[in-house]
Amino acid sequence: MFTEIDTVTLDEPAAERPALKPRRASKRIRGKPVNKADGSCDTRTEWVSHVRRIRDAQDQAAFAELFQHFAPRIKAFLIKSGSDAALAEECAQEVMATLWHKAHLFDPTRATVATWVFTIARNKRIDVLRKQRRPEPEDLWWGPEAEPDQDDVVALQQETAQLRDAMAALPEAQRQLIEQAYFGDLSHREIASQTGLPLGTIKSRIRLALDRLRHAMN
Amino acid sequence: MSNDIKHHLTDDLLMAYAAGNLPEAFDLMVATHLSLCDHCRARAESFDAVGGCVLQEQDSPTSMSDGSLAATMALIAQGAPIAKPARPGCTVLPAPLQDYVGGDVNDIKWRSIGMGVKQAILPTTSEATARLLFIPAGAAVPDHSHNGMELTMVLQGAFSDEVDHFGRGDVEIADESLHHTPTADISEDCICLAVTDAPLKFTKLMPRLFQPFLRI
Repeated sequence: MFTEIDTVTLDEPAAERPALKPRRASKRIRGKPVNKADGSCDTRTEWVSHVRRIRDAQDQAAFAELFQHFAPRIKAFLIKSGSDAALAEECAQEVMATLWHKAHLFDPTRATVATWVFTIARNKRIDVLRKQRRPEPEDLWWGPEAEPDQDDVVALQQETAQLRDAMAALPEAQRQLIEQAYFGDLSHREIASQTGLPLGTIKSRIRLALDRLRHAMN
Repeated sequence: MSNDIKHHLTDDLLMAYAAGNLPEAFDLMVATHLSLCDHCRARAESFDAVGGCVLQEQDSPTSMSDGSLAATMALIAQGAPIAKPARPGCTVLPAPLQDYVGGDVNDIKWRSIGMGVKQAILPTTSEATARLLFIPAGAAVPDHSHNGMELTMVLQGAFSDEVDHFGRGDVEIADESLHHTPTADISEDCICLAVTDAPLKFTKLMPRLFQPFLRI
C-alpha cells in the first residue's frame, strides 16, 4: 500500500543518527526574532503568548498579528490543496475563527502554533473539499488550574525549528513529495512515513508532555 | 488510557492520518486508537509537526482580501460552535466512536451475522468500511482472508488468532497474506472495531456467498 522513500524510521533513537547539518535557505532568518510579515520564523515563542492572550483576555491586537501571519499561509495551503481562491479565503477566515474559539485547547508543549493551525486547516480541507467527516482523538488539555512548564514549551518549539531545518535540507524531489502529501494531493496518498526527518526527538518530547498532562488531569 | 497496548498503528497510517489522506473509516480507526494510546498519539502529533512546517514554510503566502480580518472578527462575534457535552470517563467506546454510534455500547444497533456474532456498520464514506463486531465469549469469527487491508482493534474483552493475543486498544493489521480465525477469550464477550478497504474473502464457500448481503 505504501512506497518507501528512505530508510530512517520514526522510532530510531536520535542518538544513532549522524549529526544534522542543515542547509539553510537564504530566505530564512536566524538569530533574534524578526517581526516581518512573511519571513519570520516560528522558533519565536511569541506566537504562543499571542494564543494565550486570546485565551485569557480576548486580545484582538494579538489576534490581528496572528491573522496577518497565518491567514495568507492557510489560504495558500488550501489553494494548493485544490480550492479556488474565493473558497480558500472563506475557509481561511473560518480556520482563524476556530483558532480564537479553541485557544484554550492549544498545548504548546505538544505543538507549535504553526502545527496547531495546520491541523485546523487540514480538518477544514477534509470537511469542505473532501466533504468527509474527520474523526479526531479525545481532547486533552491542561485545564484552568495547571499550566505547562515554560522550559517544555521552549524545548518543543526549538525541536520543531530543527525539524524545519531538516526539511529544508532534504533533496528537492523528496521535500516536494512530502509537501504534496500534506497538501492533500491524493495521487501522493501512498507516501511513506520514512522520510529521514528527525522526528524521534519531537515524538519523545510530545510523549513526555502527554505523560505530564495525564498526571495533571488525575 | 491504557498502558498495556502491545500492537500499535504503523508509521505509514499515522503519517497519512496527519496529512489527511485516509478514507474516513481509517480516520475513525486511527482517532479511536489514539484516544487509548499515548504512544501513538505522540507519533501522530510528530507527523502533524511536519504539516506545521509545510504550512509555515510555503514560498508564496496568498494575500487575503481587504476587510478579511474584520469579516473574521464578525464570524468570531457569532460565537463558538456548540461544544459537545463532556462524556463520562471509563466508557467502552472512546469519544470518536461515540460520535458515530450516537452513544456508548448500549446504543449500538447490532445485526446478527450468525453463530452469535453480530455487527454494526458505521456511517462513513464508501472508500472503506468501518464496523463494530460482537464476538460472544469463547466464539470464533469464520476463517477468512482479505483482499485489501483490514485493521481490527479490541474495545472490550480480547481475542486470539494465529498471530497473537489482542486486548483492549491492540490493533491487528491484516493483509492478503493472512488467513486467520479470531477467537474471543472465554472470560468476556469481545467487541472490536474493524476497518477494511476491500471486502473480506471467506475461505469456506457458504459465507462467501452471503458476503454481498452481509456487507463484510
